[in-house]
Amino acid sequence: MSRKAEYAVEIEHLTVRYGDHVALEDISLQIPRGAFVAIVGPNGAGKSTLIKTILGLVRPASGKVLVLGEPLERLDPLRVGYVPQFKTLDRSFPALAEELVVSGLRRAWPGRITRGEREKALAALERVGAAHLAGRSVSRFSGGELQRIYLARAFVRQPELVVLDEPATGIDVLGEADMYRLLEGYQKQSGATLLMITHDWEAAYHHASHVIVLNRRLIGFGPPERALSERCLREAFGHVGHAHTVALEFVRSKHV
Amino acid sequence: MFEAWHLPFMQRALLAGLIMALLSGYYGPFMVQRGLSFLGSGLAHAAFGGVALGLLLGGEPLWVAVPFTAAVALGITWVRERTRISGDTAVGIFFAVSMALGIVFLSLKREYTAEAFTYLFGSILAVTATDIWVSLGLLLLTLLTLPLWGRWAYATFDRELAQADRVPVLFDDYLLAFLVALVVVVAMKLVGLLLVAAFLVIPAAAARQWSRTFAGMMVGAVLVGVFSVVFGLQISLQFDIPSGATIVLLQALVFTAAALIWRRA
Repeated sequence: MSRKAEYAVEIEHLTVRYGDHVALEDISLQIPRGAFVAIVGPNGAGKSTLIKTILGLVRPASGKVLVLGEPLERLDPLRVGYVPQFKTLDRSFPALAEELVVSGLRRAWPGRITRGEREKALAALERVGAAHLAGRSVSRFSGGELQRIYLARAFVRQPELVVLDEPATGIDVLGEADMYRLLEGYQKQSGATLLMITHDWEAAYHHASHVIVLNRRLIGFGPPERALSERCLREAFGHVGHAHTVALEFVRSKHV
Repeated sequence: MFEAWHLPFMQRALLAGLIMALLSGYYGPFMVQRGLSFLGSGLAHAAFGGVALGLLLGGEPLWVAVPFTAAVALGITWVRERTRISGDTAVGIFFAVSMALGIVFLSLKREYTAEAFTYLFGSILAVTATDIWVSLGLLLLTLLTLPLWGRWAYATFDRELAQADRVPVLFDDYLLAFLVALVVVVAMKLVGLLLVAAFLVIPAAAARQWSRTFAGMMVGAVLVGVFSVVFGLQISLQFDIPSGATIVLLQALVFTAAALIWRRA
């Protein structure tokens, strides 16, 4: 099959509007396969809109988006794993961890789990060190536990692209380190591309191979040391109070 | 004590009640978990508008109430999806307009319309063969949609995840609203406009207390429905009290007991 496109994501002149509001304007970029990409930018910069467009949740006003070499309407969703913010979990919904993982496999909620599905779900849960949570209700899980379940849910379909929405929010430092270890482990084993929204420049600098700096328009894209430059950060965060000082301190700490 | 069950009208009441327990136990958890508990009540009021129009036009009111209520259900869903109005506000608007239409329709009818009151309070003991056939038809339609259960439950759990997996959530919203409208119209004849929402909400809410899975919640809701129909009919007959109200009170009793037993620590 000629599905092994060179780029995991190719975007050309993408503009997204919500009514009169322009959320993204004329974005063009190419994310190479196997990259670990961090998306940074201030609140309202269009970071979520960008990943939602890539996931097919938001329809562009104009422009072209290819994911894994396919236009979105032709793309098999099982090739993409999505890890939403775990804060969005509806804790009133009665669900077991293994059901949540199997939903990633089936693209539907399981009424009854088959033996084959259970084995795959357990393997995915084991990979994230959460096999012991399989038969437990998700409603009482901590943030860190939920994050692992969502990672297992994404990994179980062995995606070529993993999209993560602020995966470190709400988990402690050790949980965060664990999460990056799991993500990097999966990437090393599968060669998958990772695309993550983060507010943490440090994490972007240390873990990502590429950084997208966004503020409605594309301000910077490239290796962290280039994209997280003083110019890009000031341009993206310039309107935020103290941004100049913070950007300067951050960049100096990396280049001393 | 159980001699009354040999009477044909009691058998029809039991059969209709059990079908309703199955249907509301099936759809109720979707309504409760989607935060649409109020929809049942709103649709029942809409159905009243349809019944009143049916009575005005003459003939079997059910045949007018079904399309009328289905249209309202689709209208509510459209307003919820396409405007900035929230779900309960949309229900509130359609509910009031349909009720107002119902009152106008009834006032236009010159003769006394006692039948309208049957729909207000329900009469499970006056269930006709037609009602049974319509209920069975709806049960069959529901069985045909069983393959969609997984994706409905998926979108109920997390709409965005389901959408990212290309589940047609918008189409499913309309389909679910349509089917719930049909359940409401049929159930209204049995338990009445004022209590029909209870059938969709209370068994599901009771079952939520002890269920660890969504499928389990559905089975639990059906069991609560079956229990309350069987014992509710028996009690209503024995003490000569209205059957619909007795069934709903039994459901509430189960809910209360479940809430006390499985309350959060």
